[in-house]
Amino acid sequence: MTLPLFFFYVFSAVAIASAAMVVASRNPVHAVMFLILAFFNAAGLFMLAGAEFLALILIVVYVGAVAVLFLFVVMMLDVDFASLRSGMLQYAPIGVVVGIVLLLELLLVAGSFVVSPEAAGSSALPISEGMDNTRALGTVLYTRYVFLFQGAGAVLLVAMIGAIVLTLRHKPNVKRQDAIKQVARRPSETMQVVKVKSGQGL
Amino acid sequence: MDSINSALDYLLGIPILGLGVQVGFIYKALLLLVALLIFTAFILLADRKIWAAVQIRRGPNVVGPFGLLQSFADLLKFALKEAVIPAGSDKVLFILAPLITATLALGGWAVVPVNDGWAMADINVGILYILGLSSLGVYGVIIGGWASNSKYPFLGSLRSAAQMVSYEVSIGLVIITVLLCVGSLNLNDIIRAQYEMGLAHMIGLPQLTFLNWFWLPLFPMFVVFYISSLAETNRPPFDLVEGESELVAGFMTEYSSTPYMLFMLGEYISILLMCAMATILFLGGWTAPIDLPPFTWIPGFIWFFLKLSMMFFMIAMAKAIVPRYRYDQLMRIGWKVFLPISLICVIIVAFVLQLTGWGWHGGTA
Repeated sequence: MTLPLFFFYVFSAVAIASAAMVVASRNPVHAVMFLILAFFNAAGLFMLAGAEFLALILIVVYVGAVAVLFLFVVMMLDVDFASLRSGMLQYAPIGVVVGIVLLLELLLVAGSFVVSPEAAGSSALPISEGMDNTRALGTVLYTRYVFLFQGAGAVLLVAMIGAIVLTLRHKPNVKRQDAIKQVARRPSETMQVVKVKSGQGL
Repeated sequence: MDSINSALDYLLGIPILGLGVQVGFIYKALLLLVALLIFTAFILLADRKIWAAVQIRRGPNVVGPFGLLQSFADLLKFALKEAVIPAGSDKVLFILAPLITATLALGGWAVVPVNDGWAMADINVGILYILGLSSLGVYGVIIGGWASNSKYPFLGSLRSAAQMVSYEVSIGLVIITVLLCVGSLNLNDIIRAQYEMGLAHMIGLPQLTFLNWFWLPLFPMFVVFYISSLAETNRPPFDLVEGESELVAGFMTEYSSTPYMLFMLGEYISILLMCAMATILFLGGWTAPIDLPPFTWIPGFIWFFLKLSMMFFMIAMAKAIVPRYRYDQLMRIGWKVFLPISLICVIIVAFVLQLTGWGWHGGTA
């Protein structure tokens, strides 16, 4: 057994086990932890496949940001998970159907390599020799798929603005701080030194 | 079997004394680890001494000459005390949190090139690796805060999650501007680019390497990076995560003895990692400031160490002289000041590079 193969089995086994634990664990925070572990092992698998850029982006974006917010929300949720869990059998059929569809699709993809083995080695855009995959990915994204890439970016931007518009509420009559105004204040504008004669006051 | 043998060879190496020694991976890793831990012990002391000096105090001065052995005494004390685990805590996660913090902080050093070709792993995506590990650092804090099952630690960990995720954005954009100039994610390439091109070459004095370094052309980004790295590592003035006036000690409140020490260790090592990143991105890594004999006689790792120490001195001074920020001001500065500045800088740098054709063209890949 070669070393990469050994690591492949380690990463896959841990990924599958932790994915199972996401569903099985009783504590929701533990479930998110196992989800993070699953992400991590997926990144390891990417790394083994030679896609180090994708592996690290997966860690930076999903594990480092998305999963943090996920954890954030789950920790703050005040939901009785025992009652949620009681309805699990009710939803089981839908879950099974989705699972079967996914499995069939995966089998189709894997099966195509069995049916026509020559398809296995050929990719739509072969990476030229001596190019690391960060550069290769960048070249493909910004030349061949530049409009689709920019389009995806625009969709994300619209979604982000939409989320902000939906949640932002401007309350009237709220005193707000204006940091620039505060910093720009000078003693000469706001203070007045007055000589007060004794016994007279102002 | 052969592959396992070769892997063992790689890890343990063939310890032949003499020239051309092939030192194994494990020995190198151990050497780096020990050097880093000893350096951290003195950095901890330096932090306290600098702080004390600014406040006209003596600082730790009892253990050893000038208090030099203070950190080792602290280590002994931490290691020998009883570790208290609160009854209501989630015990597994409670112990796991400091381990995560310390491991991630140490792991980042695997790719740092302390000298030409001295990195443990000279990987193509080194800078992304460091960014990824530093973005994972937030987990130690969140898990620690939640597992303590106590109010203040939890509030502290929520604060830190928001703070670290926010400042990562601007750090990422700062890194992008440097990468635009270099055209490679490899840390050695980033340093080599600062040696081989830049202002000194343009004015015809290539010996003045310090003018080449990116701190000069990308000065605003250097400032943004410096301040963001303070926030990212929860250093004062952005240490709201453990602000004792509001949150006792934040996420560390329930921790004692060795787990607490691991948190402190992880924190200081990730601060050093941030200093190392500033050194690599903006101060030319292991290159000498002037490429002439008296300076080039000094080996590269000494220069790296000196630059690292200078960055740490700046961070320690910030702790000593700047008052703590309020939380909403912290968020405002991250999202409304640094993010637009760094975004605009990315665009300007990209335009300038595209129009003038500057930038480094000597990458390995």
